[in-house]
Amino acid sequence: MPKDSGIGASSKRREDVRFLTGAGNYTDDINIRGQAYVYFLRSDIAHGRIKSIDTSAAESMPGVVRVFTGKDFEGVGGMPCGWEVTDKHGAPMQEPPHPILAQGKVRHVGDPIAAVVADSLEQARDAAEAIDVDIEELPAVLDMKAAAEEGAPLVHDDLKNNICYDWQLGEADDDKVNEVFSNAAHVTTLELVNNRLVANPMEPRVAVAEYSRGTDEYTLYTTSQNPHVIRLLMCAFVLGLPEHKVRVVAPDVGGGFGTKIFHYAEEAFCTFAAKACNRPVKWTASRSEAFMSDAQGRDHVSKIELALDADNNFVGLRTHTYANLGAYLSTFSSSVPTWLHGTLMAGNYKTPVIQVNVRAMFTNTVPVDAYRGAGRPEATYQLERVIDKAARELGVDPVALRRQNFITQFPYDTPVALTYDTGDYNGTMDKLEQAADFAGFPARRAESEARGKLRGLGVNCYIEACGIAPSNIVGMLGARAGLYDAATVRVNATGSISVMVGAHSHGQGHETAFPQVVADMIGIDESMIEIVHGDTSKIPFGMGTYGSRSLAVCGSAMVKATEKVIAKAKKIAAHLLEASEADIELKDGQFTVAGTDKSVAWGDVTLTAYVPHNFPLEVEPGLEETAFYDPANFTFPAGAYACEVEVDPETGQVTIERFTAADDFGNIINPMIVDGQVHGGIGQGIGQALLENCVYDENGQLLSASFMDYAMPRADDVPFYTVDHSSQTPCTHNPLGVKGCGEAGAIGSPPAVVNAVIDALQSGGKAVDHIDMPVSPSRVWAAMNS
Amino acid sequence: MYNFEFKNPSTIADAVAALAGEDAQALGGGQTLIPTMKQRLASPATLVSLGGIPELKGVCVEDDGSIAIGAATTHATVAREVADKYPALADLAGHIGDPAVRNRGTIGGSLANNDPAACYPAAVLGSGAAVVTNARQIPADDYFQGMFTTALEEGEIITSVRFPVPQAASYQKFLQPASRFALVGVFLARFADGVRVAVTGASEDGVFRWTEAEQALNKEFRPDALMDLRVNPMNMIGDLHGSKEYRAHLVGVMTRRAVQACI
Repeated sequence: MPKDSGIGASSKRREDVRFLTGAGNYTDDINIRGQAYVYFLRSDIAHGRIKSIDTSAAESMPGVVRVFTGKDFEGVGGMPCGWEVTDKHGAPMQEPPHPILAQGKVRHVGDPIAAVVADSLEQARDAAEAIDVDIEELPAVLDMKAAAEEGAPLVHDDLKNNICYDWQLGEADDDKVNEVFSNAAHVTTLELVNNRLVANPMEPRVAVAEYSRGTDEYTLYTTSQNPHVIRLLMCAFVLGLPEHKVRVVAPDVGGGFGTKIFHYAEEAFCTFAAKACNRPVKWTASRSEAFMSDAQGRDHVSKIELALDADNNFVGLRTHTYANLGAYLSTFSSSVPTWLHGTLMAGNYKTPVIQVNVRAMFTNTVPVDAYRGAGRPEATYQLERVIDKAARELGVDPVALRRQNFITQFPYDTPVALTYDTGDYNGTMDKLEQAADFAGFPARRAESEARGKLRGLGVNCYIEACGIAPSNIVGMLGARAGLYDAATVRVNATGSISVMVGAHSHGQGHETAFPQVVADMIGIDESMIEIVHGDTSKIPFGMGTYGSRSLAVCGSAMVKATEKVIAKAKKIAAHLLEASEADIELKDGQFTVAGTDKSVAWGDVTLTAYVPHNFPLEVEPGLEETAFYDPANFTFPAGAYACEVEVDPETGQVTIERFTAADDFGNIINPMIVDGQVHGGIGQGIGQALLENCVYDENGQLLSASFMDYAMPRADDVPFYTVDHSSQTPCTHNPLGVKGCGEAGAIGSPPAVVNAVIDALQSGGKAVDHIDMPVSPSRVWAAMNS
Repeated sequence: MYNFEFKNPSTIADAVAALAGEDAQALGGGQTLIPTMKQRLASPATLVSLGGIPELKGVCVEDDGSIAIGAATTHATVAREVADKYPALADLAGHIGDPAVRNRGTIGGSLANNDPAACYPAAVLGSGAAVVTNARQIPADDYFQGMFTTALEEGEIITSVRFPVPQAASYQKFLQPASRFALVGVFLARFADGVRVAVTGASEDGVFRWTEAEQALNKEFRPDALMDLRVNPMNMIGDLHGSKEYRAHLVGVMTRRAVQACI
């Protein structure tokens, strides 16, 4: 019987009422009296040396408040990178400066050169057109392998080359790895591209900043997943402002997907300009600006080799990846191809020897950083594609080959630095086989063939490391931040509760799911609990929402704070009931004395806490507690996905007929929200697999610079999904036993789609063993006819 | 967007007069022009709206049985009003863009713009329709003169389009995955005196008639009659959504499907 409230109930998303009735409050809805508008003049060439910038004509244009160039920011810091990666020789990564406005050179199309602040946006834009910029165009650095060669043009003149780092994880002894491969009965090799993506949240980025001369305080409203992180980075590393004088607010945010984690130059610019102009300053990105200034995702070129013994056991895995970082280091860009990617190369399998090699490159393209999944989709795609290819080469069932090599004993130490605490990969695969109706596939294939279509079934597994992570460990790995989170549970006199959380909800449903937990712990109605987030002046210092961490990390802090509240409330109840604290029990919102009929209600205790006439002298009045929570380990959601496609052999068009996800997320608070998260993730995964592709031409011009050429998935591109999360092995180290579900769909789905397409083509007698994503009609047709 | 003068005439004569002004531009449904102006890629001094002229709107059947569609008639109206009279044309109009585009965009605007991937040019050329202007009547075969180029003179306004109604017709559109314009669209119409095949989306010269296919189908109206025919990939568009060869291939596939749909 499904529950109708508390943990495990599919409570309706309360935030949707305001979103669906137009009552949301997004950053662009915020307008401050007297505000001026910013227009950024952005480079239209990919690589060039700035010879001169003449702003004199622009400055005298109507409505112009001030024109800024890189010169105005010579005295402040640049955009910082939050993770220092150490290369395989022990040297720190090359870390070039990232100025707010270009200094000396422009390094990608969209790099901001100047900014005009004016009374209206149109005036700012008119003035920007009057800025005379003389740029000497330089050869653009685009191809990663060519960029690594001696003598290649340099993106950053002060660096020795375009290589940010050469990184390695796993077995460091090349001879040992070579020996494994030379002794192997079979080696499968695959070269593949993980296509560059543009996150494209529905809401473009916006920043509104104001400065008060009276109090010397700043307020920045911004489209962020983590307002405290933005405040810390901007204050400490960029503008040199005292944190206590700066308030950062991320109100309703219309989708993030990772690209709103990062601290962007436009945020720092608006904050700086609000004081410099002594006026509130507003910037709203156009969709075109989003395409050329939001951090992009993926963009790996990899070679992966899998070694198997004569019994088809995996004995070795080796990868060589070129990872594109773009022109500058975005906030967490350096960690994505390394600690969020290399560590996942073991997947769900007990491969004893693994060596991961990653060469991260600077190119004249938009910076690349975390996008839903962040490194883990790139790892999963390589691994699950090469396993599928190996199964086909060996003529064995791809599911059986996976099952044979599954990790079955937990905890399990991988050769790539992780310890999986728990999982049941065979159990999850059993759920998939049933939910996806593998048994009925031959009949469905026959039916498709009767209509002249090729049908394929693709299966893959995934594992991800979420709930990032113990601060002491990530610190050793180069993170320049802690990765705990925080919650304050403030009980009001009348018993209602405000929970101030460091996590930020921008689609995840925290406002609904988090109260379910607190309600369950106390035994009161969910409607008595409100979640407060997104404002550094209201919430404790938290690290925000990304990496499927909100419930596992911030939710744990909330549980700890609620436990403290309950412990204190029990003291008050014991006093009121004239009983020993140890005998007090809390159930259904009533404190009772064990073994008696004496009780006092939650509301009476909370009122007493704030009207402490009859109160234990040794206890402080009030009922409010804060907890910080630093996890002991990552969490490891895992799953198995199945995709069935039809391919039109005449046109190469791929349609997804069925998609089934079996996930193990541990315990689940709100199954409906989890379904929604999985649906959204799969939608984005299908987008990557079939449609989305960010393409630059040989001069560094972005060809896919609008929705006319960048194909976002639409409702009719995706099927009705079957989602099964009944396979549950609770996380062993957080109080709720939860693992996180936000990225799973985007991680697990691309290989399932591509595996299914290959299966379909081979069933039709086509000798195709790989097609790079997006598996567009033209690419499928070309592969079939090559 | 730059500032501009806006004129909203209520007669064709007033519109023609307004368009004689310096740097004046006619505005149909604005589905191409307005986004272009917002991006500051177009900056007419005066916009002359054709949306307030009653005689440019609506659908009627002429004495000879042909269908006349007013130039300012929206795609949604065409889709609704010719559904019984010319189903293939209604189907085409009903699948342009999305509902917002279909309720603003007009047939005259589409034809005046002549985007090489637009749908309407295929219907007009494939039907052998006539483009009627304030000054003359232009046969479809003379009207389309390459990408974004037409026979319209400066200041000349399309007033209506007259479609002869074929015995059977079909529009087969293969979608460009991002824009959902036609990567290749084939409009095939079968008349008593022969078959017409018009192709949009594919060629660097804009919409064109595939005359070899027409000849083959005039001999034998079945898909297999086209099996040995292929358009020359040389003149096809090649871009990130499909190579020249792929588009050439799709012209064949879509034409065969159009034939199949007419049988």
